[in-house]
Parts: sequence; C-alpha cells; structure tokens
Amino acid sequence: MSTNGQEKTPLLEAQGLTKIFPSTVALSNVDFTLHAGDVHALVGENGAGKSTLIKLITGVYPKDGGTILLEGKEIEPRSPRHAQELGISTVYQEVNLIPTMSVAENIFLGRQPMRYGMIDTRATNRQAKQLLKDFGVDIDVTRNLSSFSVAIQQIIAIVRGVDLSAKVLILDEPTSSLDRQEVDMLFSVIRSLKERGIGIILITHFLDQVYEISDRITVLRNGQKVGEHLVTELPRVQLITEMLGKELTQTLDEKGTEASASRAAGKAYLRVQGYAREGMVEPFDLEIREGEIVGLAGLLGSGRTEVAHLIFGIDQHDQGEAYVRGEQTRITSPRKAIQHGFGLCPEDRKVEGIIGDLSVRENIILALQAKMGWFNYLSRQKQNALADDMIKALSIATPNAEKPVKELSGGNQQKVILARWLISNPDFLILDEPTRGIDVGAHAEIIQIIKRLAKEGKAMLIISSELAEVVDYSDRVVIMRDRKKLRELESDDINENTIMQAIAAD
Amino acid sequence: MRSRFLPLLMTLLVFILMYAFAYSRFDSFGSMRIIGNLLRDNAFWGIAAVGMTFVIISGGIDLSVGSVIAFTGVFCALMIDRNGWDPLATFVVILTIGTIFGATMGFFIHRFKIPAFIVTLSGLFLARGMAYVLSTDSIRIDHPFYEQISDLVYIFPDRGRFTFAAGAFLVVLVIGIFLAHFTRFGRNVYALGGNPDAALLLGVPVGRTTITVYALNSFLTTLAGIILSLAKHSGDSTIAVGLELDVIAAVVIGGTLLTGGVGYVIGTFIAVMTLGTIQTYLTLDGSLTPWWIKIVIGVLLFAFVGLQKLLSSRQGVFGLKRRPAIAGP
Repeated sequence: MSTNGQEKTPLLEAQGLTKIFPSTVALSNVDFTLHAGDVHALVGENGAGKSTLIKLITGVYPKDGGTILLEGKEIEPRSPRHAQELGISTVYQEVNLIPTMSVAENIFLGRQPMRYGMIDTRATNRQAKQLLKDFGVDIDVTRNLSSFSVAIQQIIAIVRGVDLSAKVLILDEPTSSLDRQEVDMLFSVIRSLKERGIGIILITHFLDQVYEISDRITVLRNGQKVGEHLVTELPRVQLITEMLGKELTQTLDEKGTEASASRAAGKAYLRVQGYAREGMVEPFDLEIREGEIVGLAGLLGSGRTEVAHLIFGIDQHDQGEAYVRGEQTRITSPRKAIQHGFGLCPEDRKVEGIIGDLSVRENIILALQAKMGWFNYLSRQKQNALADDMIKALSIATPNAEKPVKELSGGNQQKVILARWLISNPDFLILDEPTRGIDVGAHAEIIQIIKRLAKEGKAMLIISSELAEVVDYSDRVVIMRDRKKLRELESDDINENTIMQAIAAD
Repeated sequence: MRSRFLPLLMTLLVFILMYAFAYSRFDSFGSMRIIGNLLRDNAFWGIAAVGMTFVIISGGIDLSVGSVIAFTGVFCALMIDRNGWDPLATFVVILTIGTIFGATMGFFIHRFKIPAFIVTLSGLFLARGMAYVLSTDSIRIDHPFYEQISDLVYIFPDRGRFTFAAGAFLVVLVIGIFLAHFTRFGRNVYALGGNPDAALLLGVPVGRTTITVYALNSFLTTLAGIILSLAKHSGDSTIAVGLELDVIAAVVIGGTLLTGGVGYVIGTFIAVMTLGTIQTYLTLDGSLTPWWIKIVIGVLLFAFVGLQKLLSSRQGVFGLKRRPAIAGP
C-alpha cells in the first residue's frame, strides 16, 4: 500500500516550510510528503513543530517560507475553512461538533438536503445513516451527538470532513481519550479511508499506535525534520533516539558525582501503593525517601504529569493507598496535600502557577497565606522579610519585591513559584518540568537549588523531559510509558542510554 | 423516549395540570370563550416570547423587550394621533425601525464580542429613554382603523371570540416553528447556541446568524408593541416595564436551555398559555391577589432550571462529556 504512490505525483507536498515567531523559529525548512492512501505519522516531543506544521498546511498561520503543493499544484490556504474547500480536513482531539444536535444534523449542517424550500429531515437522516454505514458504523443518527462516546463522535467528525470532499485528512491526537476497543474502531475507519485513496496525517503520542497503523513516520525536533522513514524500516529505539535527540552510545555516561547513595539513606517519606485512576494512569507503586530525588521520565503523554496530579490530589485516585511517614493518609484535594507538607510546581507556570499581575512578594506569599488561613493575616513587614529572604536565597533577578511577576524572565518566574512553596517549608516537593523554557544560566541555578533542597532532607519528585538533567540529579528514575509505570532505575543504572532503552523496550 | 423532549413534555404536563385544576374550579375554562380570551390577552407578549426563544437558543439574551414595546406604542400613538399618519404606513415604519434596532444590537454583540446582556441592557435604556422623550403622557389613539381591527372578530358558537391579536399570535407561532426546524437559518441558530466555536469551524455564518436573530426578535417585539397598542388604543411610555423578564421566564419554562442550543418554539407557546391560565384563574378566583402570578412564575422557573440541571448532569446535554478511558497498551 505504502509504495503505491511513489512514481505518481504525491498527494500533498510541502517544501522548505518555515515559520518564524518573534522569539523563536518554530519550523525551519521542513519538507513533508504525503502519498494518496498512506497514513503518515508525525511524531516529536513538545515544541518539535508538529502543530506548527499542521497549522501552516491548514492555513491557521501564514507561512514565512516554502511551498505547499496539493496534487502537484501550489496552494495558499488562508484559513481552516479555505483549506477544507481545497480538500484538506482536520479532526481535532477536542471534537468540534454541536453536542446538542443530532448526529445527522451535525454531518449535514449548512448543506442539508432541501425539498420544497424546507429542510428534508428524512433525507438528512437517511443519507447520514448510509454514510456512517459505509464506514461500518451503524447507529441511530437522530440521537443527540452528546449521547455517543468520544470515539463515535470523532468518527462522525471524520465522516463529515471526508464527505466534504477531503483528499487529505489530518487527525490531531485522535486516540488520546479512547480505550482499546474504540481505537480499533477508529483504525478500521482509517483503513477504509486509505482504500479510498485519502491521504492521512496522524499526530499521536502513542508509539504503539504509530507502528500499528502508519506507513511512514516523519520525526520532528526543535522545528526541524530529523528523519522520514518507512515504518517497517525504523526500529523503535532509533525512533526514540531521533525524537529525544540523543545519540545512543556504547559507553555509559559518567553519572553526576554527588548523587545517590550518600543521600538516599533517609526514611521513607511517601509511599503509594496501587495508585490509579481509570482513564488516567494504571496502578503504580512509588516510594520517595527523605532527601531523595526521584526522577519521572517518559515521553510526552506517557502519564508523568498525571502521576503528579494524583499524588497531589488535583485528580482523585480511585484505587490504591498512600502512606505519609508510614501512616495511611487519604489525599483527596490539593488542600489536604498541602496540609501534609506537599508542594507542587506545575508544568505550565503561566497557566497554573503564576499570577502575572501580582507582585513578586504577593506571588511568594500566596500559598503560605492560604495554608495559614485568610484570617490569620501575615503582617506586611513579615511578608517583606520573607520575600526578600527568598529573592536572596534563590537569587531571583528583580529590582525589588514589588515588581509584577509577568515582567520577569521565565527562569525567574520559575524561581518565584519555587519560592512560594519553599517559604511554607514543605517536606515533599513535586516539580513538573522545572527547567522548561528557561535560559541556560537559570537552568543550572535551578538544578543547584534542587540538589540543595534534597540535601536539606526534602523528598523530591521531578518530572523532566531533559534526560541529561534527570540523570544528573536523580537518585532513582521511574520510567513511564502509555500511562503505565514501566520500571525503576536505581543509582548506577541511571544514564541516558538506559532511560531511553527503558522507554523504547518492547 | 428522547431525553431532549423531556423538558417539553414537562411543560405540557404542567399546562395540562394547571388547566385541569382551573377547569375543576370554574366550568368556564371548558368554554371556547376562555380559550379565545387566553389567546387574545397573551398575544402581545407571546409574540415577543417567540422571538426571545430564538435569541436564547442562539445562546444570547435580549433585555430590551419591554422598552421596545413601550417605544413602539408611544411612536404609533404620536404619529397616528398627533401627526395624522396612516396606521399601516406607521406600522411599516416602526417595524423597520425595530428591525434595524435589533440588527444593530446583534452587530455589536457579534463584531465587538460585547456580552449580549450589556448590549441589550443599553438597548433597554435607550428605547425606554426614547419613549419618554417622545412623550411622558399616555396618548390615546382615536382612529377608525383601530376600531375596524377591534371589530375583526370571528365568533365561535359558545360566544368564543377569535380576535385579530389571537390570529397574529398563531401566525407568528407557525412561522416561528417553521423557521426553527425547517430552514438552514433555524438550524444555524441551534448550532450557534450548542457550541459557538464548533459552529464557526463547521461553516455556520456566525455573524449573519447572530444579527438576524436579534433583528428577528426586535421585529417581533415591535409587532408585539403594535398588537398591544391596538388592544389598548393608546401609547404609554411607562408600560411593559420588566416585561422582558416574564418573557425570558416563559421561554425557560417552555423547555429552552438558558445556555443555548436546545429549545422549542411550541414549548414557549405552551408556557405562555400556562402562565395565562394561572393569571385568568387568579382573576376569576378573586380571593388571592393577581400578584400571586409572580410567585408561581418564580416557583416554575426554579423548578424548570432545576430539571434542566438534573438532565444535563445525567446526560451531558451541555457539552461533550469527555469520557476518560485508558488508551491501548
């Protein structure tokens, strides 16, 4: 199947696509070729440029360089709607249909069959039913869209897109909230689309599925194309190597010297057993000792952040127990977690962590004040003293404590969030991607701070995509894949090779 | 049975219960006379409620209804009585003004993304202010045309009177149902209220639909004002204060979701007739003050919003309930 279109003109061809944003080059000179009847997977970590590439092809962003050819003719998509008129349809992870209308109406909205100047509801229903049947989905099309599962809704969105004369279908993370059976159903629809000669671009984090359904894989990293392969010719380890951008070497890297053994002697601080939540993470055990740094590694979407959310009570576990210092504890909300001495620095500091318009001092005081209760007001003097201490301790680069946080650099914002948790003196800190998007200098400083905190006896759980960093500070590394804990690596086994091999293991 | 019809069935059930109760107390509720009167007395705000149904289904709100009705009455009275305009010409002019007024509100709501609540609240003050500026006094309309309209009655056997107002109400109702269910415009309104972002991506002409919805509502509201002026033979700038809230209540009791996307014009009609029945019953009963109608509206409104909440939490009417599930191994 995959070799069919080779000699013919490719269905979609992008040459030298480039997109420059004020601060970064999001996509640099990327070529991409899609043949009719192929499923072409687009993989890469966050910020690799997958969504930028799709947005250029579908006309969400204007491109800054390169050409797009559809069936050999140059096109300039101006908007998603225009792209759809040209024959490029997109189905998003979040289904973009009308939940309150019937399935048939969703498929035919804006192009309902008319009779005597009126909408012909019967014809609408009949045609919708037939369309879905062609894809092996036999459902009552007069029922509301919202009464069907996300998988069916996604198929309905696909059917609508394809029926609007799609040549190219882009599926953006279509399977991320589906169970196995639903994925199979979706895949059978994708296979029948292949047979009709539609070219499909698939974006997904689930590598197993990439191997199951696609013909070709293009790997992007940091806005550049790293490789394009036939799926049959790409071993999994090589794929992961390309995604993460690390060369697998035979010799083991030297491990950070001050790590592990010396510190790992503390008592168990937190132990969770069989923690899980259906649809988020499968049951996992985890133990973190005082003064120990546990790294949480895995690809994007592997369930790392979900583990942190379960432990911190942002999402409730529906199975398993937690023990804090040996005592069984039920942590059902972040508030409870904080009372037990937990702290969490979230992944996206702009969305979840920082309140940009408040000053450095106010941001630092926030959690402590919340912990003390709002009636037990911290005096201004005390606030100033605490803020000044933290600014010094973490060397936050700000002229004074009253500067609005949004005017600081990313690294310094991250330090402010850290400071917020440090002043309430937590025993256990969860850091989710603490070094993302900050400059090199600040990066090194944050890592120093992390190590210092562990030395002071704090238990730490750190999520990071930067393998070198994880290797540097972790006493133990927990490997996640597809929302499961795969294995744990102990002190001497920790290096970039072992982590990558663990992620790729079959 | 389809869950989406449940609110509608509840509305119908409440109407039947109320009517049966009223009939058990007063035999006259069995006569065509009461039915004719119900249609006549509730025609003007029932017409406005049909328009409001579209607005609320589209996910919006219009607070200017009462003021537009008052302005329409004063304008008609002033032009016909003081300036000697022909009544039909006056109606054409005021309907045009009303439609443009609504379209303008729709334009601001769409183009500048100002909440409908704010835009139509401005419309409320503007229209009421204009009515007062035209005249602070109630103006009587003496015109042969008004008499003719009043005489335009079809008499049923048992002294039931089917008036012009009742006829206009039923015509508006039928057109409303047709628009909502059998035209692309109507389905676009539902789509817009169901999920505005998705509607845009699905190619619904969002701007045109929004503007048309508010224009349609103001057109019908102006028509309601004309019907009221025909009934009262006068124009009064102090009339219909807060009427929009009754209208909104009727739409919700009629089974339309305040969040948009779900609703039926016929439900609104049944709700208007329900409230009319209660009103008539209270008047006939005499032992309770007619203001009890407000308490009944409050109770019904609360009960219906409660029902909607219950339904939506059970079945996810409000949105795509993302069902979490573990992705394949």
